[in-house]
Amino acid sequence: MAWGRSRPVEGLRAYRLIAGMWIRSTLTYRASFALTVCGNLLLSGLDFVAILLMFAQVDALGGWTLPEVALLYGLSVTAFGIAQLAFGSVASLGGRVRDGSFDTLLVRPVPVLAQVAADRFALRRLGRGVQGSVVLGWALVAVDVDWGVVKVLLVPVTVVCGAVIFGSLFVAGGAFQFLAQDASEVQNAFTYGGTTLLQYPPTVFGRDLVRGVTFVLPLAFANWVPAAYLLGRPYPLGLPEGAAFAAPLVAVVCAAAAGAVWRAGLRSYRSTGS
Amino acid sequence: MAARPGLVAGVPGRGGGGFRRYATYRVATAAGVFTNTVFGLILVYTYLALWEARPGLGGYDQAQAVTYVWLAQALFAMLAVQGGGFEVELMERVRTGEIAVDLYRPVDPQLWWLANDMGRAVFQLLGRGVVPFLFGALFFPTALPGEPAVWAAFGVSLLLALLVSFAIRYLFALSVFWLLDGQGVGQALMVTGVFCSGMTLPLNAFPGALGDVVRVLPWAAQLQVPADVLMGETAVSGAFAFQAAWAVALLALGRLVQSAATRRVVVQGG
Repeated sequence: MAWGRSRPVEGLRAYRLIAGMWIRSTLTYRASFALTVCGNLLLSGLDFVAILLMFAQVDALGGWTLPEVALLYGLSVTAFGIAQLAFGSVASLGGRVRDGSFDTLLVRPVPVLAQVAADRFALRRLGRGVQGSVVLGWALVAVDVDWGVVKVLLVPVTVVCGAVIFGSLFVAGGAFQFLAQDASEVQNAFTYGGTTLLQYPPTVFGRDLVRGVTFVLPLAFANWVPAAYLLGRPYPLGLPEGAAFAAPLVAVVCAAAAGAVWRAGLRSYRSTGS
Repeated sequence: MAARPGLVAGVPGRGGGGFRRYATYRVATAAGVFTNTVFGLILVYTYLALWEARPGLGGYDQAQAVTYVWLAQALFAMLAVQGGGFEVELMERVRTGEIAVDLYRPVDPQLWWLANDMGRAVFQLLGRGVVPFLFGALFFPTALPGEPAVWAAFGVSLLLALLVSFAIRYLFALSVFWLLDGQGVGQALMVTGVFCSGMTLPLNAFPGALGDVVRVLPWAAQLQVPADVLMGETAVSGAFAFQAAWAVALLALGRLVQSAATRRVVVQGG
């Protein structure tokens, strides 16, 4: 036990060590690694190809043009890519609970969340983030925006906040698997479903759905709201003026809630067979 | 629509009881139903916006586009559009060498795996497909036919679609006899399956030459053709002929590759 260090610092250190171990192990098979990164890039790019195909037939979707939708896509996929790289492994927690190997994580003197998140750290997931940021880069050049300091700063802040919001979803979804080990796919509905939803303008969706992803599961702050500010479009649901700058606050609340859910899940954990 | 993990989990165990095997995992099935419904919801709104901007795209009206979405969600697991059927296990058995034992069995491998996959498909249609489809039909305007004859034709078309889906995945899986590791093959299956089957967008809404190409590829037989048969958008005989031709051709090719592959097997020490 590393005495004298605070738990978050200790967790980060453990995360770095475990992730590093998996990265070294992945890089042993370089060709296979390169291929799977390409595969991930392609797979994640399919969604954007679908958007391009749609725009081959129309000029605007829900009133938004291609560069504008690409901005939504880029923000959503880049943030999700970062979150998935850092926390994606939490999704396989159910398997460890089922086969009993979760117990070994509990007896190690390292925060459990750090171990679970770094477990089988998959560097190949870089593909998604890279693909998202390429689209984001193109969108930032292509959109018609009067860039000022505030707007320029808002872009990286939005990406980081989006990553925290998606990361919170991964952690909360992992905690849910303490209750229902086989239900890992429910999590996909929120994580993968969430990033897919955010790739399209809010004007496309039903009002109740938009309300749900604004007030209940505040995904809207990962791109819809800040993008509306950047593009000078009306906010979804007529949110107040400062809503675009509320993303950091929303992200902190999400992270705190995910932390609480995680601790509750961990406390309720009972080893298989007991 | 995003390719998504979860379906790919290879369930351990072997044998012909594909149906019973998948039916064991009830919570996982319920979770899958939920996820398919959520993805259906997201897609339905984007399609509605697309068809509002471009009425009659691909010969569909809005109700038909909505029907297509829910049909795709209902058949996604059954047809293993992004993989995740028998082939996961077959590729793993080739990698570990367990396939050598299988070759001793007095059954034809292609038929054996086909039976296995049929069981899985029937379960996933009933267990995972029906609920999202009913949800969609209940809450959105759909274009479903009333005549039993059309539904019967749809059933036949579905069976042919499954044969084509199996034949494609069997060919991909057999390639592991040469490649020895199935990870890349699995990814290739996912990319081609999701894109060329029309999971992201109906193939008849694909623009220009790209559309002309994808509509004659075997993947078109999986989702697009059954959907068009159900919604009366195509002549039934032509649809059956297209599907059957691909099924026969790919299954025959599968047999050829199978005999080449099994001749390659060298068991350690032998």
